[in-house]
Amino acid sequence: MSDDAPLTTSKNAQVRQDSAEDLIGIESADLIGRTVTINRPRAELYAYWRDFEQLPTFMDNVERIDCLSKTRSHWVVKAPAGAMVEWDAEIIEESDGELIAWRSAEGADVPNSGRVEFRDAGDRGTIVTATIAYDPPAGTLGKLIAKLFQREPAIQARRDLRRFKQLMETGEIATAAWTMAQLDEEKA
Amino acid sequence: MRALTWHGKHDVRVDTVDDPEILNPRDAIIKITSTAICGSDLHLYDGYIPTMQAGDILGHEFMGEVVETGPKSTLKKGQRVVVPFTIACGSCYHCGKHQYSACDNGNPADNQDIGQEMYGQPMSGLFGYSHLTGGYAGGQAEYVRVPFSDVGPIVIPDGLDDDDVLFLSDILPTGWQAAENADIEPGDTVAVWGCGPVGLFAVQSAFLMGAARVIAIDHFPHRLELAKRFGAETINFEESKTYEALMEMTGGIGPDAVIDAVGLEAHGFFVDNVIDQIKASLFLGTDRTHSIRQAIHACRKGGRVSMPAVYGGFVDKFPLGAFMEKGLTLKTGQTSVQHYMPALLNAIVEGKIDTTFLISHRLPLEQAPEGYKMFHDSQNDVTKIVLKPGLDRVAR
Repeated sequence: MSDDAPLTTSKNAQVRQDSAEDLIGIESADLIGRTVTINRPRAELYAYWRDFEQLPTFMDNVERIDCLSKTRSHWVVKAPAGAMVEWDAEIIEESDGELIAWRSAEGADVPNSGRVEFRDAGDRGTIVTATIAYDPPAGTLGKLIAKLFQREPAIQARRDLRRFKQLMETGEIATAAWTMAQLDEEKA
Repeated sequence: MRALTWHGKHDVRVDTVDDPEILNPRDAIIKITSTAICGSDLHLYDGYIPTMQAGDILGHEFMGEVVETGPKSTLKKGQRVVVPFTIACGSCYHCGKHQYSACDNGNPADNQDIGQEMYGQPMSGLFGYSHLTGGYAGGQAEYVRVPFSDVGPIVIPDGLDDDDVLFLSDILPTGWQAAENADIEPGDTVAVWGCGPVGLFAVQSAFLMGAARVIAIDHFPHRLELAKRFGAETINFEESKTYEALMEMTGGIGPDAVIDAVGLEAHGFFVDNVIDQIKASLFLGTDRTHSIRQAIHACRKGGRVSMPAVYGGFVDKFPLGAFMEKGLTLKTGQTSVQHYMPALLNAIVEGKIDTTFLISHRLPLEQAPEGYKMFHDSQNDVTKIVLKPGLDRVAR
């Protein structure tokens, strides 16, 4: 690489794939990343995220996360066309207030790895960068189908981060619904 | 409840829909007492704004009584409030800088995709103005759910009528911001293109900010007459050559500041492939971008250009050369309503600003479709229609 741009923004798919391969050890994986600045202290954001069972509050496609131990969790995630995929994830690296990285365990429906970093941004709060490497089921076709159902990780990641920001900054997640029934439908 | 809903081009109806409920802690439910039809609502009516869905409730200029509050709302039942058309959280970086229309959080996460694609960064949510701006139900209804009710709505003191304060919701702050963006210095001559509500409020505001002269440009005689009432000199562009007249009226210098308030009420987010359609439908009955070109052309060297007029897509033949060579400054943006409301409410209380002159018609909510048609068909006489849900049927 000859510049300082994050690998996730590379025009060269091979560069992204190589980087994803480093993270999850699978050749066909893709790498996506997203950064958002949140007007809250770093420690507060880290603490919320570290409690994995809270993540479905803002991760729309994650149905449930059960913490099995301090480092191991079980994820139940919505897939296209009403299907569910599941895996166990293991925390592989963490640094208090700065970094959490996890990777799906052997036998995951969708092998994946995630990494979220928190950096101080002065009076603007905290810069949060999420990086996800994943191996789309059925390769490119699977990715297309996922996109069609708006369950593609790249779309989900940017929307989830916006919701995380809304929740942390405003205490709630913005909705245009005006009845409880509409809101339930939105979340389904 | 009853609500004015959109069903397609020139098809709006008053339907019975579900009552709104408190969904988030900072919400409040407002019982609407007055709600206006905005010029920009006509763009929805004409079917120019993409991402409208049948059944969408319109309306972004409204006020009423607080009837229900979420646990984090600071409002109290029974208070009368005016609600800003921009939905802003008050907690993000931009809200902290009082750039409320640039709020990071007012637009639901999924809807932000479109704004991000079109503009690079998504803007705040708006009430009743398509799914590009959040898909929020508007206030041309009996009730409305107001998110972030602890930072948006302003409480109205007793003794003021709805008509005195309703326009704090949008067009008065928009006209004020337009004048503020012109960085007016005492003694300045300011030219205002377009004498719709925002242009007329910009005329008033410019004088309050110290302008010595304001020159108002339009072709509707009634609207020019209203501008004259506030002390503006006028140019009817159907009778006089605008640029030549401006140069002669300013001693050959050109106006110190120019304000393009044409198409001003369009808070819309037009995509460029509909711009051509819109061009033909504007208040000045001319090319959509003509007013901004003319304003830049006429503005004096080193002068200021303020653009409350909304341009959502791309503009062709923008006079970048004149802009650069003359060293002009341009300021623009959707209105940060929340920032201006308190001071403008004071100005109304103190009698420095009057907004009631604008209202030409009052109708019950049930007659809203009739109101849309009237407003659409007769821009000279119909300056502003206010809908009142409680009002008895008005014979016309």
